[in-house]
Amino acid sequence: MTLLSVKDLAVARGDLPVLEGVGFALAPGEALVLRGPNGIGKTTLLRTVAGLQPPLAGQVVAAPEAVAYAAHADGVKAVLTVDENLGFWAGVFGQDRVAEALDRMNLRALADRRAANLSAGQKRRLGLARLLVTGRPVWVMDEPTVSLDAASVALFAQAVARHLAAGGAALIATHIDLGLATARMLDLTPFKARPPEDGGRRGAFDEAFA
Amino acid sequence: MIGLLIRDLRLAVRAGGGFGLGLAFFLLVAVIVPLGVGPEAATLAKIAPGILWVGALLSCLLSLDRIFALDFEDGSLDLLATSPIPLEGVAAVKALAHWLVTGLPLVAVSPVLGLLLNLPGPGYLWLVLALALGTPALSVIGAFGAALTVGLKRGGLLMSLLVLPLYIPTLIFGAEVVKRGAAGLSVGTPLALLAGITAGSLALLPFAAAAAIRVNLR
Repeated sequence: MTLLSVKDLAVARGDLPVLEGVGFALAPGEALVLRGPNGIGKTTLLRTVAGLQPPLAGQVVAAPEAVAYAAHADGVKAVLTVDENLGFWAGVFGQDRVAEALDRMNLRALADRRAANLSAGQKRRLGLARLLVTGRPVWVMDEPTVSLDAASVALFAQAVARHLAAGGAALIATHIDLGLATARMLDLTPFKARPPEDGGRRGAFDEAFA
Repeated sequence: MIGLLIRDLRLAVRAGGGFGLGLAFFLLVAVIVPLGVGPEAATLAKIAPGILWVGALLSCLLSLDRIFALDFEDGSLDLLATSPIPLEGVAAVKALAHWLVTGLPLVAVSPVLGLLLNLPGPGYLWLVLALALGTPALSVIGAFGAALTVGLKRGGLLMSLLVLPLYIPTLIFGAEVVKRGAAGLSVGTPLALLAGITAGSLALLPFAAAAAIRVNLR
């Protein structure tokens, strides 16, 4: 059984094809780490997998409502408290695991603080705690560890490992080593969209001119 | 969806939210117009329905760009788009929240402002009724305009240009209801048209707004 399978996917940022021929599958308990230089199209790929933009070609197969997406931005409202922010997302996803998520991401002591008064790393932890309250099996994360300190990265890796052990899957774009023993790596460099003379989709204009 | 409504209302009343902005603007218009036009009771009574409707319309317009822009900036809109709530529902709830924060207070204070503008006696009932029927259309049309311009930096001007023409029918029929009501004439036709515009907007525009957001999020 696979939770998420991606076949021969081509994606574009703006009107510019950036990746093509990407394929992978995630079974329960599996994590895939996406690597590649800046601008290769990691975010674009993740947004496509999350269903925010249509692929140029190929397909993304996942059960409906299986994917929880965590973007660069955390979707945290500054004037709401940590508890209210998390409670809102839990309500949206029809879950009731706020207390558990607070504990897992070490936010218990901050629960009544307004998000405006959180540090960047604390805000990030709140953004990631949101994944815990979605109750969805596939976590799609874009640079989840940005602005986290070493202890928080370990905490996050622990949360991901627990999610995998519970039969979930994770697709992570990151540059650092999360210490997930079972995670596979996928370097996106070979999938960079090729120019048309090599049979690829990349347009006549280079990115520099786009 | 209830959760989203509660969150939006909470955001509106907390510091930095939009609550009171439209209301204050509406008050200012009604207070300033008699100073500019002069204190003649007959003149004021004549222009009161129009001024009140224009004031309501502009104060609605004032807070429109916040409907989706704030959620877009902090990434919430991406996350809402991937949540179990359909985007159509998100658009409808956000329009409702905007109406509760902007339109409903306008309806509530309008009789007081009618007094300031010397609105003739029979007009008060129709003023409140017309605003109550018409302002939901202003909010939902505005949500559509906000959805169209959500990805743009400083899209406020473009949004106003897009939304104002769509507001015109509501303005014409809304003001007509109050004018006729104040003069003691029959208000059935403009009232029915006003209600029709609102019902049509409520039924169609959440879908259009959701489609616009989907395109803008790509």
